[in-house]
Amino acid sequence: MKKNTSPFYNEMTAPDGNIRPIYQRYDDWLRHHDSAALERKGREAELLFRRLGITFAVYGEADGAERLIPFDVVPRIFGGEEWRRLETGIKQRVRALNAFLHDIYHDQEILKSGVIEPEQVLGNAMYRPEMQGIDLPNQVYAHIAGIDIVRVAENDFYVLEDNLRTPSGVSYMLENRKTMMRLFPELFAQHQVAPVEHYPLMLLDTLRESAPPGVEHPVIVVLTPGAYNSAYFEHAFIASQMGVELVEGQDLFVQNQRVYMHTTEGPQQVHVIYRRVDDDFIDPEVFRADSMLGVPGLISAYRAGHVSLANGVGTGVADDKSTYLFVPDMIRFYLGETPILSNVPTYRLGLKDDLAYVLEHLDELVVKEVQGSGGYGMLVGPASTSSEIAAYRARILDDPHNFIAQPTLALSACPTLVEAGIAPRHVDLRPFVLSGKEIRMVPGGLTRVALKESSLVVNSSQGGGTKDTWVLED
Amino acid sequence: MLSRTAENLYWMARHIERAENTARILDVAHRSALLPLDIEGTEAYLWYAPLNITGCAEAYESRYGLARNDAVTHFMTFDAENPCSIYSCLKAARENARAVRGAITQEMWEVINATWLEVTRRSQAVTEDGNADFFDWVKDRSHLFRGVTLGTILKDITLSFIRLGTFLERADNTARILDVKYHILLPRVTDVGGAADYYQWGSLLKSVSAFEAYRKIYRDVITPSKVAELLILRDDMPRSLHACLNEVEAALSQINGGSGHEARRLAGELHATLHFGRIEDVLMQGLHEYLTDFLDTTAQLGREIGQAYLSRNHLGRFSSMSKVA
Repeated sequence: MKKNTSPFYNEMTAPDGNIRPIYQRYDDWLRHHDSAALERKGREAELLFRRLGITFAVYGEADGAERLIPFDVVPRIFGGEEWRRLETGIKQRVRALNAFLHDIYHDQEILKSGVIEPEQVLGNAMYRPEMQGIDLPNQVYAHIAGIDIVRVAENDFYVLEDNLRTPSGVSYMLENRKTMMRLFPELFAQHQVAPVEHYPLMLLDTLRESAPPGVEHPVIVVLTPGAYNSAYFEHAFIASQMGVELVEGQDLFVQNQRVYMHTTEGPQQVHVIYRRVDDDFIDPEVFRADSMLGVPGLISAYRAGHVSLANGVGTGVADDKSTYLFVPDMIRFYLGETPILSNVPTYRLGLKDDLAYVLEHLDELVVKEVQGSGGYGMLVGPASTSSEIAAYRARILDDPHNFIAQPTLALSACPTLVEAGIAPRHVDLRPFVLSGKEIRMVPGGLTRVALKESSLVVNSSQGGGTKDTWVLED
Repeated sequence: MLSRTAENLYWMARHIERAENTARILDVAHRSALLPLDIEGTEAYLWYAPLNITGCAEAYESRYGLARNDAVTHFMTFDAENPCSIYSCLKAARENARAVRGAITQEMWEVINATWLEVTRRSQAVTEDGNADFFDWVKDRSHLFRGVTLGTILKDITLSFIRLGTFLERADNTARILDVKYHILLPRVTDVGGAADYYQWGSLLKSVSAFEAYRKIYRDVITPSKVAELLILRDDMPRSLHACLNEVEAALSQINGGSGHEARRLAGELHATLHFGRIEDVLMQGLHEYLTDFLDTTAQLGREIGQAYLSRNHLGRFSSMSKVA
């Protein structure tokens, strides 16, 4: 048996070369299937995705070509027990984040107590003074959260970032499962894989619970920027799975602080909007005046409590990379609990000592923009050339406050089908958390995989792929 | 239903139907081109027909000059710059479908998406397949789309808007084919009843899948008045004007609310003239005049439908509604 001497945690194979118990059954199956057979399945999957039109558009590419996110046919497997611990930790984190948002848009206890310096919140570009004093149903701001998690050892998980604005990817979680069940029915017969298919129903329940008080049968819609948005497939998918209308800004209008949609039978009032349009574009009267995607007057209706937005306005202040640092403090402050999941140690380049240390160690660290996303604009020190590092250093010095740095984590790796056969590739995990009257999650999430050998960047915009994520019921 | 959704459903169906009809028109032109015609300037004469039927002769001439087989065929099949080409229709249908993915079934989306992927492939590949294969394929995909639609979708107003689009487009097309062919096929009075007519009227019937029906119903030589009767007045003929208006009227009656009174009235009136009309009267009025009137009325009906259901300008209606509330 080949020994596994790599420095990172391999989720399938232990350092002594033995298959970890959770992957035992899968490994047995794998022994009877060569990689040519798996490749055939992979091509079949690609055909399925292409036919279903599960594509995304890449920003900055000429013809707005639709591309497929590569799908890996090897599942990523969690045991029931390790999942439960993760789930508890994730829910704890989301509870604290929602409590934080409610607090800073009301009494700001956490600032008064000195746990977080006021400037950090009030001076943040994502803080929305328009939200001050507005009461939201269930005091929930982030109804749908995507918490990005990486693993470095058997029981060692870190939260990489919280996504509280319009996190995407859930359609891939669902379609990946559907595809796997179609391609490998025998694997599902052998494994007790916990289902995820009820996610849209849970989302619908969450949105119903979030309706303005007194509305018994809320009309719910999904608001998309339109068919040319990179995540349009997902918007349409979610709307149809929930059986609600998919609307664009032009389909809605506001009258007497109430929101209506244009229908073939005239105007119909809308009570809950699951919006996939960013704050900046949602209402040209309040935010960016040049936005064609939003609805003029929407914020006035929202502030008057006649319509609910999911996610709420102003959540960006809590998922920003400089606020991230304080989430463990929030858990202690609001919940009085010990954080179950750790943060990645983070340097704030706005602090003098941190800046000095980071500039010394750029070749070991990952440096990110505070408000960046999608893996753009970051520096992965160990994977960069000295001229790339020098160029990035100049950007940092230009505006140190805009950057944070973290040690390069040894992300865990999962078996993945690549050209040379099955080989370990680094992965992360994005589970989706729904907050209404209660917090709900389906067992699983979207596993993203860096398909290039030794690459740590899993973003689909940077050549990453996805896997089906299995939680085994014991 | 969201007005924008209704609009996309309606146009999705119209674009698919238009692609099919264009394939039918081209198919006939190709068949006719094989016949030994002795009319002067035959080739150009023949190839103007598909351009005139679809109303894109001017756009064609500005780029290619005189009508020729290969240029017209390319212009109307794969030319991405021609908004009436089969390629453009299938692309537009797919864009409409993509905008309302949530409102149509998975199966319908897959048919439209796969059709688009295949036409893209065919437009790029040098293929050994003849034109006839391609036209058959387009017709097949359209049949498949209609079948899948009827076999999978809930019978609510989603289906009503789709059928509205399909049959208004089809009525428009049948009328255009008849109108253009009427002129072309009767260039000289002395020709009537000759062998050339048999083939020409025969190919017209085939273009709307009515050849077999004709023989079954009339068991007689092909005459222009019977062809006109079959394609205008017989409601058991699926592509006749009467059959199309049956469907249009039925679809409109399924769609409640809005301000569709004028659309419903117009459709009802047009339907009644077909229902109670006699072919002798149509021919007396003049076939061309009759068809021109018909095309004007369906265009007007299309505008009324657009205003009543598909437009987003409800504010006028909204203020009257809020007074009641």
